[in-house]
Amino acid sequence: MPDAPILAVRGVMTFYGAIQALHGVDLEVARGEIVTMIGANGAGKSTLLMTICGNPRARAGAVLLDGEDITGLPTYKIVQRGVAQVPEGRRIFSHMSVFENLQMGATIVDPAHFHHDLDRVFAMFPRLAERRDQRGGTLSGGEQQMLAIGRALMSRPRLLLLDEPSLGLAPLVVKQIFEAIGRIAREEGVTIFLVEQNAYHALRLADRGYVLVNGRVRLSGPGKELLANAEVRSAYLEGGHA
Amino acid sequence: MGPRLPSMLKDAGLTAFVAAALGIFIVGFRTYDVSGKGLTFDYQFTDLAIAVATIFVGRLGLLLAAEGLRWPALVLGAVLGGIGAGPLALPSDFLHWFMALGGLLIIGRALWPWARQRMSTAQHSRRGLLLGRAGAKWFGWILIAGAVALPFAPFADQKTMDLSVLILTYIMLGWGLNIVVGLAGLLDLGYVAFYAVGAYTYALLSTELGLGFWIILPLAGMMAASFGILLGFPVLRLRGDYLAIVTLGFGEIIRLVLINWVDLTHGPDGIRSIPGPTLFGAVFAETAPAGHQTFSEMMGLPFSANQRLIFLYYIILVLALATNLFTQRLRRLPVGRAWEALREDETACRALGINPTSTKLTAFAIGAMFAGIAGSFFAAKQRFISPESFVFIESAIILAIVVLGGMGSQIGVVLASVLLIGLPEWFRELGSYRMLAFGLAMVLIMVFRPRGLISHREPSLRLHPVRPGGDG
Repeated sequence: MPDAPILAVRGVMTFYGAIQALHGVDLEVARGEIVTMIGANGAGKSTLLMTICGNPRARAGAVLLDGEDITGLPTYKIVQRGVAQVPEGRRIFSHMSVFENLQMGATIVDPAHFHHDLDRVFAMFPRLAERRDQRGGTLSGGEQQMLAIGRALMSRPRLLLLDEPSLGLAPLVVKQIFEAIGRIAREEGVTIFLVEQNAYHALRLADRGYVLVNGRVRLSGPGKELLANAEVRSAYLEGGHA
Repeated sequence: MGPRLPSMLKDAGLTAFVAAALGIFIVGFRTYDVSGKGLTFDYQFTDLAIAVATIFVGRLGLLLAAEGLRWPALVLGAVLGGIGAGPLALPSDFLHWFMALGGLLIIGRALWPWARQRMSTAQHSRRGLLLGRAGAKWFGWILIAGAVALPFAPFADQKTMDLSVLILTYIMLGWGLNIVVGLAGLLDLGYVAFYAVGAYTYALLSTELGLGFWIILPLAGMMAASFGILLGFPVLRLRGDYLAIVTLGFGEIIRLVLINWVDLTHGPDGIRSIPGPTLFGAVFAETAPAGHQTFSEMMGLPFSANQRLIFLYYIILVLALATNLFTQRLRRLPVGRAWEALREDETACRALGINPTSTKLTAFAIGAMFAGIAGSFFAAKQRFISPESFVFIESAIILAIVVLGGMGSQIGVVLASVLLIGLPEWFRELGSYRMLAFGLAMVLIMVFRPRGLISHREPSLRLHPVRPGGDG
């Protein structure tokens, strides 16, 4: 890699009060890559994603965005530097219409881009175009996830962070969502860092993957390799995804 | 209705029988005190028969309506109501009322499911939504036209105008607080503090420095806004209940400062002889101070105390409408939408790059500014202010207006102000039961409209019609 990775996490430790959630995590995401972090419930996946976004702040270590230290910045400033996040549980504005949700996503962007970006999101998720004036809370789970991703894209991110986009969705919808994430990376050129419990889909999509166990990186490597790894298979893939 | 009819008739018959059994002693006999002969009694069986027949028909009508047989129920209701309200002479006035109300009740019961269905389909169909929107807009314009014409209405005596000015002041305060509570979702229990800051700014600047109403008005707004920022900066990182407690404390602190800083505020004695607002330099009084002329001299009209009141009325009307216009505009701007988003989900807002602290601070400052302007008007109207006017209950009333109106609804604030400020005045005849009736009204509103009188939220922006070929 000739220039600095778009995202680098170096020895990050995060605490909730006295409880340590991350024990020195290191990872790198290069520009244009899809990287995933898999792990069981409570391994610290969401904490890692939130630490990258500055809330909670890392007590030790550093988060670098294009080589710039963003560890101490408040969330909104990190987002303004081109990092968009699709938070856990989607967190769309349920009283606002689909259109208004997308508008909120474009808050930090020059309004001149708005209609062009909107067309792109609607082209990627035609369901959102159909439900444009519907309130966010009345959408199905899959549509809400699409809206959350679309809203994040409206901020024209360089790096998109996704926290368990498959959570609570039907298998068919999960497949659609992962296809969309792949298209965002290929067609829009957005770098993607994805945290997932659904190891099968995530590793199949990703260029590289990390396995997080109890707040530490246990394994890393290309997605296909991890998918074939015996330990990964027994811990995360047993019980058969075809 | 075939097989159900006998059982309905039986039910109605039973009800009538119970009514007859109870009524025979209460209605059927009547005692008279005939002088010399002691008590005698008279029979009133006609009355009883009519009452029992009414109950029979009424019960039958209600049963039919409950079964969904709208037309038979409507016919029964109309017959009953027609007899009650008609010219037919019944033995007593009470029976007239009884039958008429019974008829109305049946008609209402028969129409209720239909009306409800109509309302819900209207709310859900696109056309209904559009109609509702247009309706709301027209309703707003009609209200404004009515408000402009009010001083010339035949019933607009001094009492009505006084009350209207009061209601409009609260509408303006409600609209101001609506920005903070309704839009940004920040529970502010000390809103009256900013009202007080505005009032004292006007009182002090006008009495000490002799500045005029129109100059002080924006100054008072700015003063209150700076107090809003001063308070907001340290506390806006708090959420919900904690913010409410701190703002409550702030309201009390302002009041205590006003009481105790005697050199500046004259303490509990308040500030007297505050000059009223002027119109192009003309004062509203019988005689003008040196260097001024009175309004009646300027216009060549005979002096009347009402002129001042009408002038005040138009000032507050304009101020309130300006507040509303400003808020409506703001809602369409990014900062306004950020307020609403912040109310829903602060974490999501951060994730979209919105700075929550500065966004909240703007809402707080703008809300405070309108309270300050309203306070300034209040001081100019009352001519006398003291800390007494800025107690916690005022904050509570303004908050109640916003909550009862339906958080974030502008027209809801108007309805709630009329209810909350108007009703206690109209209830005055109830004497000591006044507050009881007021409380009952509030409980009823919260039971039947738990999300406020107007709970529907308008999307602040809609997309233009779909553009063809939008797949880019």
